Amino acid sequence: MRAVDIVGTAFRNAFRAKLRTSLTVLAIFIGAFTLSVTNGLGTGINRYIDDTVASVGVDDVMTVTKASDDEAAGDGPAEYDPDRIEADGPPGTTAVALTDDDIDTIADVAGVLEIEPVKDVAVDYVRHDGGDRYTLAVSQFVPGMEVELTAGDQVDLDADDPQLVLPEDYLEPLELGGAGDALGRTVELAVTDGTGTQVTTEATVVGVAEPGVIAMAGAIPNDALTEALYDLQSTGAPESETTRYGEASVWFDAGAGEEATQALQDRLADAGYTAVTLEEQLGTITAVIDAIVLVLNGFAVIALIAAGIGIVNTLFMAVQERTREVGLMKAMGLSNGRVFSLFSIEAVVIGLVGSALGALVAIGVGQLVGGVSGELLPDLPGLTLLAFEPVTVAAVVLGVMAIAFLAGNLPALRASRQDPISSLRYE
Amino acid sequence: MASPLISVRNLRKTYGSGPSAFEALKGLDLDISEGEAVAIVGRSGSGKSTLMHLLALLDRPTVGTITLDGTDTSRLSARQLNRTRNSTFGFVFQQFFLNAQATVLDNVTLPLKIAGASRRERTARGMAALAQLELDDKAGNRANDLSGGQKQRVVIARALINRPRVIFADEPTGNLDTATGGVVEDILFDLNRREGINLVVVTHDDDLAARCDRGVHLRDGLVAAREEVAA
Repeated sequence: MRAVDIVGTAFRNAFRAKLRTSLTVLAIFIGAFTLSVTNGLGTGINRYIDDTVASVGVDDVMTVTKASDDEAAGDGPAEYDPDRIEADGPPGTTAVALTDDDIDTIADVAGVLEIEPVKDVAVDYVRHDGGDRYTLAVSQFVPGMEVELTAGDQVDLDADDPQLVLPEDYLEPLELGGAGDALGRTVELAVTDGTGTQVTTEATVVGVAEPGVIAMAGAIPNDALTEALYDLQSTGAPESETTRYGEASVWFDAGAGEEATQALQDRLADAGYTAVTLEEQLGTITAVIDAIVLVLNGFAVIALIAAGIGIVNTLFMAVQERTREVGLMKAMGLSNGRVFSLFSIEAVVIGLVGSALGALVAIGVGQLVGGVSGELLPDLPGLTLLAFEPVTVAAVVLGVMAIAFLAGNLPALRASRQDPISSLRYE
Repeated sequence: MASPLISVRNLRKTYGSGPSAFEALKGLDLDISEGEAVAIVGRSGSGKSTLMHLLALLDRPTVGTITLDGTDTSRLSARQLNRTRNSTFGFVFQQFFLNAQATVLDNVTLPLKIAGASRRERTARGMAALAQLELDDKAGNRANDLSGGQKQRVVIARALINRPRVIFADEPTGNLDTATGGVVEDILFDLNRREGINLVVVTHDDDLAARCDRGVHLRDGLVAAREEVAA
């Protein structure tokens, strides 16, 4: 019997008992659908995170902070450290500041290509054309970083004139008009200097940023503007204040491979600093998402195993029903191996139909959800909640077919061992 | 006369073992010449079904040899046995064993499908076999929609499709009324006469047995009496 005939016959046989097969296909469908959706969820969220990486930073920069010998909470009060400064995080979180000496030390560590202290600038307000004043957070731009823009260009780091990219939601309050109109306008930024006096400077809007998730909510200045603001802010402040930084950005050779990066991190750790690459910062997030997806997949696989038992059951019934047919075909010279393939391929067909339907419906649901997720999750623009990689979808379908094949083995073995004489005997 | 197509020597078949063992055939000798129509008759339990299964190579004897066309069949591999049954033998059963859901044509071409023939060849030869049995207008019908006589003709077409040398018929008219049974008999003997296909018919029906060249009467696993042909 030719392979194509075996497959064709198995296909037709699978749908001879339509209701029975449909129910088994339904069970497979539910499992495959769940598996596809959970996988799609993981892919969608992880892809979203990957997409936003570029706007957070670049992959050849690591963030260096001074290693803090924090004692675990609950071990009594921590000793006072004059270098301790406020840090990002819940109120009370502090970090040990980096001084100029630290910057020099880090710069001397082998593998550090360049170091730039992150200058914290606290802007009091932003104003356009004498209008209302609004608070504004300012983040630091790292070369290579791609902020997703609605209009305009990224800031020019080497430019001498102060520039900035404004978040889109500032346009209306500042009466800057549409995204295109805002470009080239000048806005006024105010900071409080060391003596408590509020001073202002001006900057040109060169770009308008899309609202992002992981991306900073604030404006992105170029170096000239950061310097200007920092200088204004530092005027009159004690020397010790101005030379203390929360963190520094260190450039390294990302192309040297993970081991070289790890070695650099180790060397920095030996010198008393903590270095975290962007990948590691994101790695934690993706690892959590992967773990959740894994657990969800586990449930889907349980459903699939139950469905696999359904296949065993269905095929045992089919073997029982077709005892005579199998006996006849064997009498006519069909080998045991071919009988086995007929039934196991029938199982694979059930698996294929169920999983293909499951994957297709999951993709369809993904499209539907994608259409409404913008309204459901307005804070996460650009998120495709369910994304499907062809490889993953194919893996789900093939995996289900493999489970079906295994499930079909037992009934197929029974069929192949049938004795044609007793199968054809009648009373 | 030339050497027989099928030659059976000291054929024994025992089912089970120990005290419960049952000896269905107790040392049987039989020769079937090329082109002969042989009826195997006997009461139930006489061993006639066992003999047919052994002759049709569906089962292996406990003791004894079956020589088919000069080949000792005990030396054939499972693969060779399958091929022999597929291409040398045709089977006609009392209960038809048609796939009720499939078309008449698909039922008839099943042996060709098993043999690995292409769809084009299957259709061509299937239609030819159906035409021979005047059933070509029923090719697209489902087997279930046919009358008993038509079904048995489909079964004969199926048995013929591989141009076999022997047709084994187990009570071929058992499920048919006398008139239709007669038609089916005519077809079988016509094939025997005109195409030289051997017939091995297992039957209770004395009239059918009488139409064969010779009857082999079995009793308790042995040949009780037979009309000898010139050896």
